[in-house]
Order: sequence, then C-alpha cells, then structure tokens
Amino acid sequence: MAEVSPARPQAQPSSAAAADLSSLRSKKARSLWSDAWRQFRKHHLAVAGVFVLVFLTIATLIGPFVWNQPIDKIDFSISTQGSSWAHPMGTNDLGQDIFARILWGGRISLAVGVAAMLVAILVGILVGAIAGFFGGFIDSVLMRITDMFISLPSLPLLLLTIYLFRDTLREKFGPTLGPFLLIVALIGLLNWMPVARLVRASFLSLKEKEFVEAARCIGATRSSIMMKHIMPNVLGPVIVAATLAVGGAIITESALSFLGLGFPPDVPTWGQLLNTSVNFMEIAPHMVIFPALMIFLTVLSINYVGDGLRDALDPRKTTG
Amino acid sequence: MGRYIIRRVLTAIPTLIAISMVIFAILALAPGDPLSDLALNPAVPPEVRQRIRENLGLEDPIPVRYSKWASSLFTGDFGYSFRTRAPVIDLLKQRLPTTLYVSGMAFLISLLIAIPIGVLSAVKQYSVFDNVATTLAFIGFSLPTFCTGLLFILLFTIRLDWLPSIYRSTIQEEGLAGIWERVRQAIMPIMVLALFQAATLMRFVRASMLENIHQDYVRTARSKGLAERHVINRHALRNALIPVVTIVALSLPTVITGAVITEQIFKVPGMGQLFISAIQNNDTPVVMAITFIFSILVVIFNLIADVIYGVLDPRIKYS
Repeated sequence: MAEVSPARPQAQPSSAAAADLSSLRSKKARSLWSDAWRQFRKHHLAVAGVFVLVFLTIATLIGPFVWNQPIDKIDFSISTQGSSWAHPMGTNDLGQDIFARILWGGRISLAVGVAAMLVAILVGILVGAIAGFFGGFIDSVLMRITDMFISLPSLPLLLLTIYLFRDTLREKFGPTLGPFLLIVALIGLLNWMPVARLVRASFLSLKEKEFVEAARCIGATRSSIMMKHIMPNVLGPVIVAATLAVGGAIITESALSFLGLGFPPDVPTWGQLLNTSVNFMEIAPHMVIFPALMIFLTVLSINYVGDGLRDALDPRKTTG
Repeated sequence: MGRYIIRRVLTAIPTLIAISMVIFAILALAPGDPLSDLALNPAVPPEVRQRIRENLGLEDPIPVRYSKWASSLFTGDFGYSFRTRAPVIDLLKQRLPTTLYVSGMAFLISLLIAIPIGVLSAVKQYSVFDNVATTLAFIGFSLPTFCTGLLFILLFTIRLDWLPSIYRSTIQEEGLAGIWERVRQAIMPIMVLALFQAATLMRFVRASMLENIHQDYVRTARSKGLAERHVINRHALRNALIPVVTIVALSLPTVITGAVITEQIFKVPGMGQLFISAIQNNDTPVVMAITFIFSILVVIFNLIADVIYGVLDPRIKYS
C-alpha cells in the first residue's frame, strides 16, 4: 500500500494535502484493470506470449487464403521433401504441403482449445456459483459430484467415450464437426472441477460481505447479486484458470489425434500431423519437428500468458 | 487417527460405486450392438439372435444389468477378450508389471530431479541457477510427452543411434549383455515421463520451499547458530515437503495413465498399449477393464494422499 488511491478521502485535510489531492484528481483515474495491465506488461515473456498467440491466431485465420496451396493435393513425385522455397516446412508422405496443412490444422487445434475452455469455465462457474451461493444441501450434493469427477481418470475415460461415440457423431455431423463437438464437450466436461471449487470458495466467503448485504437491501435480485456483484470479484483467478485450460485442451486434443482417436487423417490438426509422421521419422524428420514445434510454441506462450495474468490479477500483490 | 483412516476408506467406497456407474452408463448409452456382427450373418435367424441376447442378459432391465456387471467386476472377473478369447484378467496380469515398472521408475527419477533442484532454486531465488531451472521447468511442462518422445527418438535413435526406439519384452540375451539391453531400451520411455513429471513437481517444491524459508521458525533456527545446511534440510525442507507429498501421491495415477501415450510411442508392452490396441480392435471387455483399473488407482492414491497428509501434518484435525 505505497500510494493513496485517488478515490479515497484523506483523513486529515490540511491545505497541502488538499493541493496534493487536486493534483491527483487531475490525473487519469486508475482502475483495477489498468493496474493489472501495468503489472502484466512487466512480465516480458508473458507479453511475448501474447504476441505469439495473436500472430498464430491471425496466421491460421488468414494464412490459408494467402498461402493458397491445397492441403490435400496428392503428388508422389514430391513426397517427403525437406524445406524449400516452394514448401517451407517440406512435404509429407503424399507430397502434400506441410505448411498449408499446419495453417489449416492450427485453426482446428486452436478452436478446440478455446471452445473446450469455454465449456469447462461455463460449467465450472455455474456449479461453483450455485453451490457457493445457496450453500447447504445443494452445496454438498454439487461438491460430492465435483469430487467424483476429480476421481475420474480423464485420459482413459476420454479414449473410452470417443471409442464408443465417434462413429455415431461422425455420421450425424460430418467428419470434422462430429469429432470436434465430441472432443470439445468431453474435454470441457472433464476439466470444470478446479474452476467450480475456486468459484464456490470465493462465493462462500463473499456472500457474507457487507456489499452483498447492501445490494440485497436495495432490492437486487438473486441472479443480479450473483452475476453483477459477486462474480466480478471472482473473475481474476477464473481468467487465469481459463488461460491455462486452453493450453491443457490443446495438449489433450493433440494427444488424442496423435493416438489416432481424435480427428480423422484428412483433418490435419497438429496432433494428427504427428500421428502420420511417426512412420516416416527416419526419412522425413521435418514431418515431426514442425508440428511438434507448433504445439510447443502455442502451449508455452499460453502458459507464460497465464503466469503473467496470475501475477497481474493477484490482489495480494501490490501494484506499482 | 485410526478412526479417521477407516472413515476415509469408507468414503472411498461410494466414490468407486459412482465411478463404476458412470462407466456403465457410458457403455449403456453408447450406440452400437455387441451382436451386430451376428446381424450381418445370414445363417443366424433373428429369433436365434434374440435368444442369444436373452441368454446374455442384454434384455434385462438396466439396474439388473448393472448389478450383475458390477458384482463380477468387484470379484475380479472382467470377462473374456473379444479378440484373443483369453480372460481379461490374465491379459492384465501380463501387462501390469511393465507399466508399473516404467511409470514407477519414471516417478522415482522425477523425484530425484525435482526435489534437489526445487530446493536449490528456492534457496538461491533469482540467481542464475534459479532462472535457468525455472525456465527449463516451464519448457518441460509445456512440451507434451508425445512431442518429447518423438524428438528423443529423432535425436537418440535416428541421429545418434545410441538407444533403441522400440521396447522389447522378448530379449533373449543372457548375463550382462541382456541386462544392458534391458536398461538401454527403458531409458527413453522412462526419461520422457520423468522429465515431464519433474518439471511440474519442481515448481511445487520451489513454491513450497519459498513459503517456508521466510518464516519465523527458520529465522529462529538460524539465530540459534545452526549451520545453514542444517537449517535448510532439517527445518525448512521437512515442512516444505508436506504439501509436496500430497501432490506426489495425487500425481502418481496421472503418471500411470500418462504412460498410455509413452507406451504407444515406444511400443512398450504395458497396459496403455493394450488399451489403445483394444480400442482399435473394438475389444470392449478389455477397454472397460482397463478404464476401471485406472479409476481404482486414482481413488486409492487420493486416499493415500489424504492419509499421508494427516500423518505428516499434526495440525490437521480429524473431527
């Protein structure tokens, strides 16, 4: 607490302090978010992570239009070639351009990460908020369920469920959307528990605070107390958890596709690219290196951003 | 304390039952018919197929099916593999030791790496060593095991030709040569798992150590004139390891299930590889049995983590 926030009234208003106060007022007011941003900027690697992620997102969104090599044109005369100007990341066993496939597949890998994170966060917030706000019986039932989900072995269960349901969903929604919905829903439904616990704990302690009582006195409804008054106080840690969940989901999707149980071979997500590369490692190491590098770069950036956000949004840390 | 352990064990039972219900529900909800092969066979008329279904109990109401399934499961009867016709339990007995050996070794090595580095990193916070160690740990857990595994094969098998990329259970050589061959083939699968685990653990050890190192009791120990080594090892480390032990116990099942991926990369003949090949062959009994075994492992280690935490930290109350 090194400095006085501009909104706080001074305890002893002497003339000097009043002059000081007016000079403070003339400065732009600092919100919690701008404080967090100042703190975040100090974490250079986190800022670098943001740049890498923005670049990757733009590249995968716009890239396929700029680099308009087909991702599925088979040409055996140029199979398993190394890097060249025509094919910056080389070609695969079928002579397809790996760079184009990485750009195209990156869309799906990133989309799976974000969508699965949204599912996990939404379920987590919902369960945690209801359990923490209402307490009592509802709370203990929801927390039992949360504990049970924590005890589930997530990777085997993912593989089991995909094994049982993928054919049906593929028939219903097509070869890309079917696995996409299944993988996103499953990763989301197996990863909401930490968020639920976090939100519940905050709700339990915050609902007894004076500002909630005040809100109740002026006639705020339950839902507006939950969403407008308590929720903003919980957002910090939830944002951190959400960031890290994107990285976790990307790893999980890549692992599933790598094992041959995620997306089908004609949908070149980064994990799927690794899956096909395994048989050609000796003659075409670039088929392994580039997809692995993309997964690593993305996850590393996300983890650094998460780390930076944790430092920036932690209210116990004094911001300078 | 004894009563606490008993109560904790008793609460694990409903969890196990709930998990078995989830697995059964997934199976029951799944589309597809176990007798779909017979439907395509013109020699089997529909009436016969119906009778087979009744004999197998597929027409029973769901609670009856569940209780039959669950009771055989808890007596260790996992049924027969669709593919090899062998009892699933025999397959598991064949595969489990390899998985436990690889993931157990990986786990031990990760502890041997993570604890000294984590402690040293915390003691010399912000030093060059700390910066290098934390950066490497960050890279380590951002690099999934299937990436490290493939990169290791590229480097150590294809480029340098030092280590074999395939784990064989059929090594014939006797004596020292055979032992050396067994050690060599286990190095990569174990190290891939160990490095990933060590990266995660090291951050926990460091954070926990940092929390303790600035506390009053550590200053008291120093002001008594104890040697610094003594202060760190006997005073700070012992307390810092309490939360770490919990994390360690909780992460053991993750290491074992994580072996699914490394076993696939290095063709290690363990449970994980059996699991994947069973999925590829539509071998449902094997898939279900392994999923359930993995669940049991998670529940058991959760239990162990809780109990150890209670033993190590007398501040925990068992009321």
